[in-house]
Amino acid sequence: MSLKPLEAGFIPLVDAAPLILAREIGFAEEEGLDLRLRAAPSWSTLRDMLAIGAIDAAHMLSAMPVAMALGLGGISERIDVLSVLSVNGNVVGVSSALAERMRVAGHRFDFADADSAGRALIEAAGDRPRIGVPFPFSMHADLLFHWLGALGLPAPQALQVVTVPPQLMAEAIAAGEIDAFCVGSPWGSIAVENGVGELLLPGSAIRAFAPEKVLAVRHGWAEAEPGLTRSLMRAAWRTGRWLSEGGNQVTAAEILSRREYLDLSPEIIERSLSGQQVISPRGEVRSVPNFLVFFRGAATYPWRSQAAMIAHSMAARAGLDRANAIEAARSIFRTDLYRQNLRDLGAEMPGASDKIEGALTRPTPVASESGRLILEPDSFFDGYIFDPSTQD
Amino acid sequence: MSNKLSIVVVEPDRERAILIVDSLRAAGDFDVSVISEVTGLARHVSSRDPDVVLVDLTSPSRDILEELTLASGPLDRPVAMFVDRSDDSLTKAAIEAGVSAYVVDGLRADRIKPIMDAAIARFHMFHRMRLELETTKRALEERKVIDRAKGLLMKARGLDEEAAYALLRKTAMDQGRKVVDVAEALVTAAGLLS
Repeated sequence: MSLKPLEAGFIPLVDAAPLILAREIGFAEEEGLDLRLRAAPSWSTLRDMLAIGAIDAAHMLSAMPVAMALGLGGISERIDVLSVLSVNGNVVGVSSALAERMRVAGHRFDFADADSAGRALIEAAGDRPRIGVPFPFSMHADLLFHWLGALGLPAPQALQVVTVPPQLMAEAIAAGEIDAFCVGSPWGSIAVENGVGELLLPGSAIRAFAPEKVLAVRHGWAEAEPGLTRSLMRAAWRTGRWLSEGGNQVTAAEILSRREYLDLSPEIIERSLSGQQVISPRGEVRSVPNFLVFFRGAATYPWRSQAAMIAHSMAARAGLDRANAIEAARSIFRTDLYRQNLRDLGAEMPGASDKIEGALTRPTPVASESGRLILEPDSFFDGYIFDPSTQD
Repeated sequence: MSNKLSIVVVEPDRERAILIVDSLRAAGDFDVSVISEVTGLARHVSSRDPDVVLVDLTSPSRDILEELTLASGPLDRPVAMFVDRSDDSLTKAAIEAGVSAYVVDGLRADRIKPIMDAAIARFHMFHRMRLELETTKRALEERKVIDRAKGLLMKARGLDEEAAYALLRKTAMDQGRKVVDVAEALVTAAGLLS
């Protein structure tokens, strides 16, 4: 059988693993795809490549297709989200100087309590802390606004969130351009390795189950190429399951570390895959459950409520009509295609397309087709709840 | 107020920046300036308040400029990326050439076109030059490896140069590999054994 070529773009990050390993481990081939991967230099370039059709699919920030659906950020092609590629995986870090001030003031760097970490940060950082994120429309920005907003720093007046490309984050903090950052794996660890910063919190301490990267395609392409869409979704889903199986992390880290992918040491990549984070140049280790999730708890299911929640906060910041924004965002998360294309693989199928975001504080069985689906905790550190049905 | 369009070129490489500026000046009467520092990029761009910003697509710092598309304060001018779909072929040409532009909303397309045409032509040239340089470099490296492998074979098997190369080529053909790959394997193995 001849393989069908499919071009997919990615940003060299640990959470590009479901696409990279789909190619390298062979799930793409088994689904009949010659999956060709192209690394992009920046999120905006990746977005443009997808929008103009230079690539068919992309590893994308979950907020990016939502921003496009809302008409924010220049280009506005309708992009559909086929599935979620990864949940969580971001870290908040601070400069060495700020870490020292926080330590002196009594902060323990437990890498878990977002409330005390946030208060210590606000106390030590002074007025309008400057915080780097990789892209203006991102879960990173969302997490920061939610976290520090809940602790009394209203965004955007009270904090300066600035865009710094992930590979330049360590440099920016070393140069004193920013006081703190929220960045995806493994760039937080790079700041620690370079001795310029310390890690304060995993993203999961702020929001326990945050959709981070998605599998994105042009709406028109998904309609025109149902066969390729199906193969791609299945290859990515099977790779996510493989990544979640014990013992595969070492292999995954080795492959991701290759020059054509992340071009970084496998040891640093493994810290993200295993959730064993080294938080300071002194080598203190913190273990985080659900640090970066590829599969567990129906992680790949594109909950429409997740799209709605991103749209809700984005619309609030940009001054757009919230109800319209939520409606536009919900429609691009394709739970219909997910059901249609992954059901016979045995993927857990939630009974609903929406859930109440933030309601689960412990693993909880929910209605599903198999009756065996257990969702992971998805609560916010401050008890925030987002109910999509009351947002009209 | 001057009617000249102001253009900011974001380019850390001085030589390249000069070439871009020259070609833009040749294309029309524009007010062109260059920002070479990535530090504080968004701030520098907005303080110059340009009509158009040109940036290399291959630069990761391009994401910094996305911030400009967020009209977050009353003083910020709305900026849109050039890719506003009003001229799809021009957009495509720009992205393929590796240049992207941010323009202030409301700027007429016929005023942007000469700028983009000049930038696209220049970026195509950079792209070709880079490709040529890489190809030449690779060819040189491959030749070096093959020469070393030939030398090893000549010494170990007492062959002349021509016979050594013939042996490499035959091995490569038999195994369905490239001559340079066989040569590289031989050089690596010899290094390990010595």
